Amino acid sequence: MGRIVLDKVKKTFGEVTVIPPLDLEIEDGEFVVFVGPSGCGKSTLLRLIAGLEDVSSGQIRIDGQDATNVAPAKRGLAMVFQSYALYPHMSVRKNIAFPLKMAKMEQAEIDRRVDSAASVLNLTPYLERRPGQLSGGQRQRVAIGRAIVREPAAFLFDEPLSNLDAALRVGMRLEISELHKRLATTMVYVTHDQVEAMTMADKIVVLQAGVIEQVGSPLTLYHTPRNKFVAGFIGSPRMNLLEGPEAQKRGAHTVGIRPEHITPSPTEGLWKGRVGVSEHLGSDTFFHVHLEGRDEPITVRAGGEVDMHHGDTIWLTPDESRMHRFDKAGLRIS
Amino acid sequence: MATQHSRSAARLMMAPAVILLLGWMLVPLVMTLWFSFREYLPLRGGDMGFVGLENYIRFVTSSAFWPSVQTTLVLVGGVLLITTIFGILLALLLDQPMWGQGIVRILVIAPFFVMPTVTALVWKNMFMDPVNGLFAHIWKFFGAQPVEWLSQWSLFSIIIIVAWQWLPFATLILLTAIQSLDSEQLEAAEMDGAPPLKRFAYIILPHLSRALTVVVLIQTIFLLSIFAEIFVTTQGSFGTRTLTYLIYQRVLESQNVGLGSAGGIYAVILANIVAIFLMRIVGKNLDA
Repeated sequence: MGRIVLDKVKKTFGEVTVIPPLDLEIEDGEFVVFVGPSGCGKSTLLRLIAGLEDVSSGQIRIDGQDATNVAPAKRGLAMVFQSYALYPHMSVRKNIAFPLKMAKMEQAEIDRRVDSAASVLNLTPYLERRPGQLSGGQRQRVAIGRAIVREPAAFLFDEPLSNLDAALRVGMRLEISELHKRLATTMVYVTHDQVEAMTMADKIVVLQAGVIEQVGSPLTLYHTPRNKFVAGFIGSPRMNLLEGPEAQKRGAHTVGIRPEHITPSPTEGLWKGRVGVSEHLGSDTFFHVHLEGRDEPITVRAGGEVDMHHGDTIWLTPDESRMHRFDKAGLRIS
Repeated sequence: MATQHSRSAARLMMAPAVILLLGWMLVPLVMTLWFSFREYLPLRGGDMGFVGLENYIRFVTSSAFWPSVQTTLVLVGGVLLITTIFGILLALLLDQPMWGQGIVRILVIAPFFVMPTVTALVWKNMFMDPVNGLFAHIWKFFGAQPVEWLSQWSLFSIIIIVAWQWLPFATLILLTAIQSLDSEQLEAAEMDGAPPLKRFAYIILPHLSRALTVVVLIQTIFLLSIFAEIFVTTQGSFGTRTLTYLIYQRVLESQNVGLGSAGGIYAVILANIVAIFLMRIVGKNLDA
């Protein structure tokens, strides 16, 4: 079981309010991702749940029990840190066994659990090595192993993949998702990378300056962003946001259109522009198109093989049904 | 450093330092070795020729030899024990965020900059004097008979003085080591259910082991040659005659250069045994 409820949780550091009163419910077995730009308070929020920071006011409930002032170790949560925080002088086996040893578990049970965690994570050949002798991905797995053996109510991940190289990151992303499917335990995952959020989450919590901007499934956030910030943050490349006459024509202060919802054409269309930088990814091509009377280029997705080059004239036609409209305050007009 | 030319230029430029070092170390060592085989009594006949190993045999068979070795070991061991234990505690304390941290740290380091002679004099006259010392006043305040520190507790007193002097060094090294500990490791241990004492035993102490060996190694080498503190306080009486002090007495008080030199060579051997022993521990620790 791992249902976590935050009730008007507030965090201040001296005079600075990092997290204004905030409500959030995390259901049992859910994979929840906190995402937002750096300094948005997502790590602080995770540390509040873990108990590594004290809540200034409000209540944290885990499985219905008030856990606001419960010591971190007693909350039944396990955390995987950004730096992995492995104990360098202990072997992998001792690292994984550490929480069990602290819980004064019997040695036979400890061995059984460590061995089973090691085989799940493909760490069996490395059990007697020190963390210093392992690669980044292996260290990551040891950190996860140390969390698994405790059989916690929920896992907390603090940007666990940010120290890995790009290829390894994709692999570990799959492994963590796989692990979640198998254990069916609540996982709370913090990242600044919206791709990680989109690919792994059941529920994404978008944060900005300590405030929850939107909570929802990845596709909900993609299709109906509640405001301009979420619209710009979710989706890669970013949504194009246009103000001025184009927006007024559609009865909004700002309109947004994703690169994949614009059709480019060399001959005809709604907007006329000039091709700037183009990024060829093989499967896709992203054109940065400069429209007349607009400083910022518009990003457009085209197929893999489009015969258009820097400086060419291009016509763009947005898909009107996919257009997002926002009012002056940045909120969605539905 | 690739070409023949740059290599010879490098040798030329290193030469002054190498020559100076060699002269500084080798000349005294060779002279000590030379005198240790001779009967040399400056005020009673001067240099009277080779006597073989007689000086060496006389030095170790003298009744003062083994007690002085024991005193040396107790002194070094005692100071190491006090400085490492209190060094760890002080370092843990100074690592806590507090008001006036910078000033407090400088104050803690201050004793290290006081000359050994001055340290010993300050302790002897201000603290340990049985009539006017601070300790005597405290004892009298509680109605107790003041302790004559330097005669009743002579070796212990010297250990205290030397430990006071070396505590800042240990604290400083251990403090920097504690500061280099990744705080996420402590948080991870906290989440893993380790209470503060176990966090200290399982995380902090192993992290400090390297710094501790460095502290022990460096201090041992310097503590083996403690002299000023003894000279200023007890003059080697009341069981405070270390090996170093015995050698000094043989050469200057007995005016027997040959005998003292033989003792010097013993001291060199002893220091090297300790150094090799410690180097191995450090080497093992640095590998891990």
